[in-house]
Amino acid sequence: MSDPYLIGSAMTGGYGKGPDILHDCTISVNKGEIAVIVGPNGAGKSTGMKALFGMLNLRLGAVRLDGEDITALSPQDRVIKGMGFVPQTHNIFTSMTVEENLEMGGFIRTDDISETIEQVYHLFPILKDKRNQPAGELSGGQRQQVAVGRALMTKPKVLMLDEPTAGVSPIVMDELFDRIIEVSRTGLPILMVEQNAKQALEIADKGYVLVQGRNAFTGTGQDLLADPEVRKSFLGG
Amino acid sequence: MDYLNALVALANFVIVPGLAYGSQLALGALGVTLIYGILRFSNFAHGDTMAFGTMVTILFTWWFQSMGLSFGPLPTALLALPFGIGVTILLVLGTDKAIYAFYREQKAKPVIFVMVSLGVMFMMNGLVRFIIGPGDQRFSDGERFLIKARTFKEMTGLREGLAIKTSQGITVITAIVVVAALFWFLNKTRTGKSMRAYSDNEDLALLSGINPDRVVMITWMIVAVLATIAGTLYGLDKSFKPFTYFQLLLPIFAAAIVGGLGNPLGAIAGGFVIAFSEVTITYAWKKVLNYALPDALAPDGLVQLLSTDYKFAVSFGILIVVLLFKPTGLFKGKSV
Repeated sequence: MSDPYLIGSAMTGGYGKGPDILHDCTISVNKGEIAVIVGPNGAGKSTGMKALFGMLNLRLGAVRLDGEDITALSPQDRVIKGMGFVPQTHNIFTSMTVEENLEMGGFIRTDDISETIEQVYHLFPILKDKRNQPAGELSGGQRQQVAVGRALMTKPKVLMLDEPTAGVSPIVMDELFDRIIEVSRTGLPILMVEQNAKQALEIADKGYVLVQGRNAFTGTGQDLLADPEVRKSFLGG
Repeated sequence: MDYLNALVALANFVIVPGLAYGSQLALGALGVTLIYGILRFSNFAHGDTMAFGTMVTILFTWWFQSMGLSFGPLPTALLALPFGIGVTILLVLGTDKAIYAFYREQKAKPVIFVMVSLGVMFMMNGLVRFIIGPGDQRFSDGERFLIKARTFKEMTGLREGLAIKTSQGITVITAIVVVAALFWFLNKTRTGKSMRAYSDNEDLALLSGINPDRVVMITWMIVAVLATIAGTLYGLDKSFKPFTYFQLLLPIFAAAIVGGLGNPLGAIAGGFVIAFSEVTITYAWKKVLNYALPDALAPDGLVQLLSTDYKFAVSFGILIVVLLFKPTGLFKGKSV
């Protein structure tokens, strides 16, 4: 089997000079897939994703994008290489309008970005209505849409979402999941960290259960949902 | 009762000087607020940056005057202004490279930056005094008045005169032009928007590929422009003395904080709030009240709330009230 589109293989490392948080952890996502990282609190879910994005120092292991080793690149350079990242918090420019947020998302591009803005509006119609409103005045779910829209502006080849549904109501959460599936249907591989393990695994092509920075279980979303041990430990029976 | 004369006296002694002083403070406060919003520290050297810019402008003005160059009825200093701005830009960029860049690399805390700016302030302070001396310098020339008090009286037949100095007119017009240009830049251009984005959320700006070095450089350049213009206008309107510019720091900071630090719109509003508070509280209202009130109520004293020597107490007082009750300022700024 060929290398997945984006893979962090056997990653070991932590923040700065601190202790290792990830231990021999492997996470990957293929073209057209949704991969989901779940696990208990403090399992290193977000850390695993940040490792893929170059926000912590890996002592061992490597990150490859489309076969190219990008382990040494800074997050900014990885954006240029085609990775889109939506942080969990502080992921929008609150004082700027929705449209300005999208413009800033496409800052590194030198070509015309208006077409991409239209595509984002097509994907998230509510944003078109609110285009001239400061993003900080929007509701939680709408802010997340702005955040994802901002990341889509670089036309990324892979999109990474860190807990996109954190802090939103269940109804909004369902809507966000629908939108994420829609984004994925455009062919964009999505890697996502989620608290709501059950729902996330339902839409996932591939799931990673992390425990204490290690791969505990890996499989398709359906397999993991069906696995009695995963159910017992993480999904509440 | 004579409301018309009261109004003219009010305009002459309060409104016109207040507008001019407010514009100068607003331009100064804009510089402070930009530094706070983007470099995230309170720049104590701002008053002395203004002094430096004004000094260079004055030197060029004198040079132009010695060559017989003049700007007709307008002050020669306006011709010298672009050169003053250019040299000031070089100075602040040099300071940034030599001093602030080091602390940015260290990711120093804002309070350290404030102390560093205090040091820079003393350096610039010394530099200006070394070059031009600590004394008073006059450099305004050209037509002194737009409207003279006597002409106004003859025109209207009123007892009170209204005088508008050329420098006051230039101050207000320049302030409007500069502020409009600044807001256009911040809101409409890609670079301006990237500065706002960097001010709003530094991490996300970096993720979006915004180059922090460029943002910092452009910020300093704009600040040098604002500081030099504000300083020169103040010097034309009053006179240039390095110590006065150092003292201006207080009302300028008060203006920026009252408006909400980091918020450009707030800086302008704050400038006028401080200016008008200062002018109205230190103005002797006797004349205006004599016109406005019936004779029986005419005041005996000067009706001056505070001597002009204490004008800085006004900025201080407003600053304390704002920090106690609305630390983010009138407009949504960052809390201090």
